[in-house]
Amino acid sequence: MLAKKVKSRMIFLILLLLSTAAIIFFVLKTLEENVVYFFSPTEIYHKLNISFDEKIRIGGLVKENSLIKSQKSIKFIITDLKNEIIVTYNGLVPNLFSEGKGVIAEGQLKDRKYFVADKILAKHDENYMPPEVSKALEKSN
Amino acid sequence: MFKNFFPNKILLLNNKLINSLLISMILIVFVGLIYALFLSPPDYVQGDSVRIMYVHVPSSFIALGFFGFIGIASILNLIFKIKFVTLMAKSLAPIGCIFSLISIVTGSLWGKPTWGIWWVWDARLTSMAILLLFYLVYIFIWKYVKNFEKANKISSVIGIIGLFNLPVIKYSVDWWNTLHQPSSITLTSAPTIHYTMLVPLVIMFLGMVVYSLIIFLMRYKTELMKLKLDKKNQK
Repeated sequence: MLAKKVKSRMIFLILLLLSTAAIIFFVLKTLEENVVYFFSPTEIYHKLNISFDEKIRIGGLVKENSLIKSQKSIKFIITDLKNEIIVTYNGLVPNLFSEGKGVIAEGQLKDRKYFVADKILAKHDENYMPPEVSKALEKSN
Repeated sequence: MFKNFFPNKILLLNNKLINSLLISMILIVFVGLIYALFLSPPDYVQGDSVRIMYVHVPSSFIALGFFGFIGIASILNLIFKIKFVTLMAKSLAPIGCIFSLISIVTGSLWGKPTWGIWWVWDARLTSMAILLLFYLVYIFIWKYVKNFEKANKISSVIGIIGLFNLPVIKYSVDWWNTLHQPSSITLTSAPTIHYTMLVPLVIMFLGMVVYSLIIFLMRYKTELMKLKLDKKNQK
């Protein structure tokens, strides 16, 4: 069947592939905190080594009816439907920022429930549809 | 089907096939663009910037798919040493490289109006940038390592290491919190793209695949001819 040389190359390569996969898995697992782009309110709630001075990002949905606009700043609640964090921010928000939509805030935690943002990004979800369909969906809900 | 890519078949390949592929590509892309730019509706939140998706998503698919082929070809190549598989991978690399660049550029053009930022270092975007780097390294090895055997070995190693990046790109949006949205088209559930947007996406994908096939056939044929010439010169 297979020549001996080919067979030994094959076994060597398979072992190499498996061990590389394992190494990559463990590296990514260890670095998980750095790989994630933001933390959800629940993750913040359970996070042990939390730092209140460093810049971090939190993300979730802008809670319905939570957005309060004043002259200079805005205040809203980020929720993951389990836990919530109150966010204040002054500056421009992206066009897609709105209640019920995904959002990521970059800034500093004051405590586990209160966040001061200095950058707001809108997170888009995986749903794509024409405006009419979205309206029809809203009506049927 | 694979037999059609054997060297002798490719060398016999005449320009007629390429020309007919070219005509069908132009037709498909023309219909696709009309559909994508004019007939399909704007998105309910993104508005017209959703149209960037019709180029962005197919480019990413092709960039990932071609590197997948390069990676598997590299494994086969290190074990069995089949020359024409190597040459196929070598011919695919520049195409995949350009498409990963297109994917990144169009993605960032879309990101600015949607997210409010051109680029972030989240898992999806970073792993895609790494894919582009792998393509570049792969291509540069073939360009600057003159000895064929040596270039073949080094590039195969790069191809195999790069293979591990592919599942990371694909599943980054599921494994970690990312700014990039999760996939809308999955094997397991119905697509979350409305069909009026899915149809132009599929047409554009087809058009870009045919384009890639044309460039690939031309490059592959050239590589085979070069190999033949080298062999002749050695004799």
